[in-house]
Formats: sequence, structure tokens, C-alpha cells
Amino acid sequence: MNRTLRFVGVRLAGMIAVLLVVSFGTFAVFYLLPTDPALMSCGKPCTPENLAVAREFMGFDKPWIQQYFDFLGAIFTGRTFGTGATAIVCPAPCFGYSFQQNESVLALIGDRLPVTVSLAVGAAVIWLVAGIAAGVASALRRGRFTDRAAMTVTLAGVSAPAYLVGLLGILLFGFTLDVVPVSGYVPLAQSPVDWAWHLVLPWLVLAFINAAVYARLSRGQMLEVLGEDFIRTARAAGLPERTVIGKYALRNVLLPVVTVFAIDLGTLLGGAVITERVFALPGLGGLLVDAVHQVDLPLLMGVSLFAAFFVVLANFVVDVLYGVLDPRARVS
Amino acid sequence: MTDALLALRDVSIRFGDVETVRDVAFDVHPGEVVTLVGESGSGKSVTALSLLGLLPDTATVEGSALLSGHDLYTVDSRTLRAVRGGEIGMVFQEPMSALNPVFRIGTQLVDAVRAHRKVSRREARQRARELLELVELDAARVLRSYPHELSGGQLQRVVIAAALVHEPALLIADEPTTALDMTVQAGILRLLRSLRDRLGTAILLVTHDMGVVADIADRVVVLRDGRVVEQNTVTGLFQAPQAEYTRELLDSVLSLGSGPATVRETEAAAPLVTVTDLAVTYRVGGGAPPVRAVDGVSLTIGADEVLGLVGESGSGKSTISSVLTGLVSPSAGSVQVGGVDLTRANRRQWREVRRQIGIVFQNPASALNPRATIGASIAEPLVVHGERGDHGARVAELLTAVRLDPGWSGRYPHELSGGQRQRVGIARALALRPRLLIADEPTSALDVSVQASVLELLAGLQRELAFACLFISHDLAVIERVADRVAVLHRGKVVEEGPVAAVLGAPAQDYTRRLVAAAPVADPVRQRERREASRALSS
Repeated sequence: MNRTLRFVGVRLAGMIAVLLVVSFGTFAVFYLLPTDPALMSCGKPCTPENLAVAREFMGFDKPWIQQYFDFLGAIFTGRTFGTGATAIVCPAPCFGYSFQQNESVLALIGDRLPVTVSLAVGAAVIWLVAGIAAGVASALRRGRFTDRAAMTVTLAGVSAPAYLVGLLGILLFGFTLDVVPVSGYVPLAQSPVDWAWHLVLPWLVLAFINAAVYARLSRGQMLEVLGEDFIRTARAAGLPERTVIGKYALRNVLLPVVTVFAIDLGTLLGGAVITERVFALPGLGGLLVDAVHQVDLPLLMGVSLFAAFFVVLANFVVDVLYGVLDPRARVS
Repeated sequence: MTDALLALRDVSIRFGDVETVRDVAFDVHPGEVVTLVGESGSGKSVTALSLLGLLPDTATVEGSALLSGHDLYTVDSRTLRAVRGGEIGMVFQEPMSALNPVFRIGTQLVDAVRAHRKVSRREARQRARELLELVELDAARVLRSYPHELSGGQLQRVVIAAALVHEPALLIADEPTTALDMTVQAGILRLLRSLRDRLGTAILLVTHDMGVVADIADRVVVLRDGRVVEQNTVTGLFQAPQAEYTRELLDSVLSLGSGPATVRETEAAAPLVTVTDLAVTYRVGGGAPPVRAVDGVSLTIGADEVLGLVGESGSGKSTISSVLTGLVSPSAGSVQVGGVDLTRANRRQWREVRRQIGIVFQNPASALNPRATIGASIAEPLVVHGERGDHGARVAELLTAVRLDPGWSGRYPHELSGGQRQRVGIARALALRPRLLIADEPTSALDVSVQASVLELLAGLQRELAFACLFISHDLAVIERVADRVAVLHRGKVVEEGPVAAVLGAPAQDYTRRLVAAAPVADPVRQRERREASRALSS
């Protein structure tokens, strides 16, 4: 137990170190860009005096390394921009302030996060179950019709671009068949049924694209595992085939699948830019694109950092989960 | 004679157009140990696997295999499942991979129990505990363990326990001791024998090892190219073999105490290799103490001497050879090859040392690049070390030296048999005229009939070219045949060292004595005596 705690502790420390490196890198890249964020808020006409005031107000007048430490400090202590009546307060934890949207970055992300999480988690569950099921079924009927059909469909899934699948989905299910809504988002708290109903199509589109990889991965893995000695031992002991496949083989198939899954999900939580756009879902991906268009550096920085956080978190989860699934990987 | 428990008649097995088993027929009676013996490709494992329907879908089986009345080849899947693990238990060759790595032993045994009996998990666990005790394991600990936490011998006992769950009338064991160390093998064979005595289980044992046959069999079925060439009682087989092939097979078997062991006077010149107080430790991480793979070993190898290095898995044999080739750095001690201290050698000196060392590996199938011709493989050391001159002529010379047709240099490894591939491996090792040849289990992957000729070739070349040789093996009979001196390794230490005849003939140390006692001899009468002597030794 102590060892497990130590393992988790070391991993968490590593995670924080990675996030620091990522934040520093992101900060350096964005703040060394040849754009002046103050220009955006300087008003028209932008006199040099106004620009200097705006810079000072936003803190852009300081050396960028100083700005980085201000940014880090604000996460713990909060931050106040300007003084007196015009001051803007960004309470801790402050991940920056978008002067263009007059809102703290954290609040903006907080608004969009439920949409992205709903989209990503729902789709992930579907593609994981469907992908593994298709892969296992293909492996068990190797070379036969089921196998060929499933592999052809997944080939389409792997190679089709997201926007094409999305638009075809909208065309077919939204307009021609008119069975599901094609855009918009209803919060879960408002109406769970509407929430799910509005997300069905985006879920399926994302799942279709991603399931393909999982189907192929689990097919290959299952074929390999079925050739292992321990499967023969299980059969020779007279275990029913459903136990041999569903328990003895499947657990071994899941090992590599879990690794890929957690990282895919982590990446997706940073925002599914194209799918969100196609279905007009107000998620993190959209926020990121807007931030890029408007050169909203604090927002860009915040969203990037969150995306990185999810990927790092996913890696951490993989490490822990792998230990649960594979006793050989446990710290002994 | 009682009715047969299992009766095979006219059994033929084909994979596509290739017939691997043809018209095989034999019986197994209750409580009897029948061994199915033959070399690789003789169809012995295929025959055994066919009985439980464990062959791949590509196999077609004809004929009949009657087990207490019903034909195993035509039963429906429900009955087959009842037979598997119910009437027939099966034990496999590789205990390390025979159990599922991600489930505890307890879970796997409980599943095996519940596959045939409608009992609660608790009752099934109780049964699993009894079985583990039956195979002489610490039941409480093993139930909670994962496969990677147990040794090969322990795992094989677990596999045997799993095969005995429902007290089958017949146990099929496919090379159950081939992957295990000698002393562990002796324990497993003793266990199988006692199970037969206590439970009356008939055993069909597949093996290539005549020593194992002599140790355990009541009757023997000899297979060659998928056909039965001889059926005999074990004493009949060893004393008066009927088939020519059986005679050849028995003649090529090396048994301890049957080798020539000619004492060669080696000159007391300065040794080529001097290893002094060598220690190698591996860090394992996770806060565990480092493993001392080699722990204070001192050895010398004379300039034209064959030193046999013998020991069980994990004794440090291969680590020592890796130190000599520079693949592993020693943690302490010194190693000198031809006057160069390897612990202080610079890159240029290392290159020179490596040129003087040739290596023959255990598995010729994986030690040769499958996409390179054997000529290219043999010439590779010449190319790497920038040798000038006609490589083609040297390759032809080497092929002749290992008694292969020099015209074969354009062939690929897959066109050669195992023994021929190992000859290529030897030719490659000798390409640079090394002063030291390291042979790491060079015959372990070969059939017995091939093993003898490869050993003879190596010994002949050594006499002719007078190189020093470090010959690593777990097989005492092989060491006895080729080595001048022998060093016995146990847990990283040399426990005994000296001339072969002295060490193996009259071992001074307890461990060596146990090792010698555990090596089965291909003679049922002598083996029985040795077994009894060995029991006296361990008690």
C-alpha cells in the first residue's frame, strides 16, 4: 500500500513538472509573437500614450519572464489589473483574463467545458464499446464475411475526414430522415433527454471516426492472444468458450487498448475543433479557434494549458490503470 | 490385459496437403505411463493435441481415438468440453506461458474447478488448495500469486494441479520438463510418478528425451515422420530395440558416464582468459536490492583448452559470457583476454579483443539473419573487421570445415535444417580465426541425433585449430563429452571446478552431487538405481 502511494506521489510530482514545462513553453511561444496584445484593447485612435496605458494595465510592459511568474503566482493568489475604480479583479485561481471578452479565462473555459466533456466522454464510451466489440467479433470470424465487412467499414472510418462524416451525417439523419437535431447544445441540468438527443449525432460521428482504430487494434490483439499458450491451457481445462474469450483473452486484449484510449480521450477533452464547428456546439475547440482569430493571448494560453493538462492527466490515469490491469507492471 | 483406456486407430493428421501423422495406432491402459518419443517433426505433439481437439482449424484428422468407448474425434463440442479437464488433463511444455499473466493462480484454478462442477467459489477454492498441496506447493501463498511471481518449476506444478482438478483417468503431458532445469525436471518427474501411484492416473507423455523415457515410462511408442516405427516396453526398448531407427536414436543419446572423457594433458602455458573475483550486479529498480548475477567468480581458460561452464538457469553462465564480449560491464574484479584487461581496455583494444572471440549461439534459427544468404552471414565478421582478400574463398573454406557443401553459400537459412544452421553458426564464429570460442548452449535447440554430430564437429575443429573454448551448457552429458575442465556455477558462484572426469565422476560438493543425480540416464535399470541414490541424497 505504501509503495502504491509512493508510486502515485511520484507520478503526481512528475505531472506537475510536465505542466510547468508546458506552461512555460506555451507562454514563451505566445508572448514572443510579434503581436502586441495591448493594441487590441487600445481603442481608436490608438495614440502611443493610450497604448502605453493599456500595456501597463494588462501587465505587458514588464519583461516576459516576469509576466510568466506573475501568471503562475496569480493561479494561487489571484490578480488585480489596474487600480482604483477601473481595476479588474481576477480572483484565485486566476489563469489569466481575456480583456477582449471582459471575462476571466477560467470562467470562459468553465462555460465551455461541460459541452466538450459531454461530447468527448459520450463519444468515447460508444467508440470504445463498439470498437472492441467489432474487433473481437472480426478476430473470432477471421477471414469470413463479418471480418471483411467490419474491416471495410473501419477502413472508411479511419480514412474519412471528420467534417465529411459530420456533414454526411447531418444530411442523412438531420435533413433527409429528419430524426435527430443537427446542432445546438442543451445543458444536462436543464433536460437530460434533450441533452442526449442533441448530442447523439455528434457522438456517433466522433465514435465512427475513432472506433475504427480500436476495432483494428483489438482485432490484431485478439488474434495474437488467441495464439497464446494460456488460451490453449484454458481450453484444455474445459473452460467454456465464453469464459476463455470474454475473460481470459479479453483482459489481455484490453491492455494496449486502454493506453491508446486514455490518451485519445485526453486529447479530445482539449476540444474537438471540427466536430464542434460542424454541429455548432459551443465547446473548448470553438473557444480556442476564436481566441486564435482574435489574437486573444491570455485566452489562447489558458485553453492550451487546459488541453495539455488533460493529456498529462490521461497519461497519469493510464499508468495507474495499467498497474490495475497488468500485475506484471505493478511496482514490486 | 485390461481393456484400453485410450485406443488410437488409423490416425492420420494433415495440414493442407502435408501429412504430419500417418496411420498411428497405440493403446494406453489405466494406470500406465506411455511415452510418445520422437524428434522434432515426428508428429508426437500433434498427435497429443489432437486428442483434446486443440489443433488449429487448418488440421484435418482421420481415424479414431476411443476414450472409454466414445471417439474423441467425432464428439460434439459439449462432450469435448466435458472431456477436456474432465476425463483428460493436459500439461504443456512452457509453464512460463501456460498460465494467464493477468489473473491470480487462485482465480485460474477456481475457474478450472467450476468449469465442470457446480460448486460455490469457496468450495472451488478449497479444492484448489487441496490440489496445490497434492503437487507439493505452499497453497496459501501460491493461490494469491500471479504467474510471474513463481518459478518455472512451481508453475509447472500449478499446471499439473490444474490438469488434475477432476481426477482425470488420463493425463497428457507434452514435453512437461523440457523447459525446466535438471533438478527441477527430476522433481516434476518424481511428482508425475507419485500421482500415477497414488491416484492411478494413466499418463501419456510426449518427449524427445530418452533419459526422461528411461526414468518414467512403462511402454514406449517411437514415432518418426508421423509413423509409429516401434512399440515396446521400456526395458525391451533399451535392451533390445527392434527398429533400426530406434537403435540409431539410442546410439546418438549422450548420457552422463557414457562419454569418452579422455583426459587430455594441457600444457601449463599462460592462460588465454583470466577472470579474477568477477562480480556483476544488476539493478532491478523499485527500491529492491540489486541482483548479484555473478558473485566473485575466478576462472582461467588455457590457450587450447575447453572449459565447460555448467549451471542451472539464473546461475550466471550467460552473464559471464556477456562480460567477455563486452555486452555487460563488471561491477568488480578483473577480466583479461590475451593479456588485455577488459575493464581498462580502450576502444581500439576492445576491437582487437572482439576480433579474437567467436560466438556460437543457442538457437541457430534466430541467430542467422533470415534475409541474408548463409555465405553473407559467414562473411559478415570479415566485412565488419575490414578483412582484405577473397571473402568468397574463405567462406568456401569455412563451409568445408564445418562439413557443408561449399556450393551452399547462396542458400538462405530457411532452406537448411537446424543442425545445418548451427554448422553455419560455427563457421561464422570461426571466420576470423578466433583464439577464444564462446559456445552458449550450442546444441540445446537441436535434436539428439543432430546434437551428437555437432558436438563431434566442434570437438574436432577445436583439436585441429587449437583455440580456447568456453562451452556453456546446462547438460552435464554434453559437457562431459566436449570439455577438458568444468566449472559448476550456482547462484553466481563457482561451487566446484576441476577436470571433467573428477568433478562429474566424483563430485565433492553437495550441489554438484545433486546436479549429477538429477540428470536422467537413458537406461531404465541404471536410472532406477540413480533415482534411489538421489532420493537418499536429498533425504
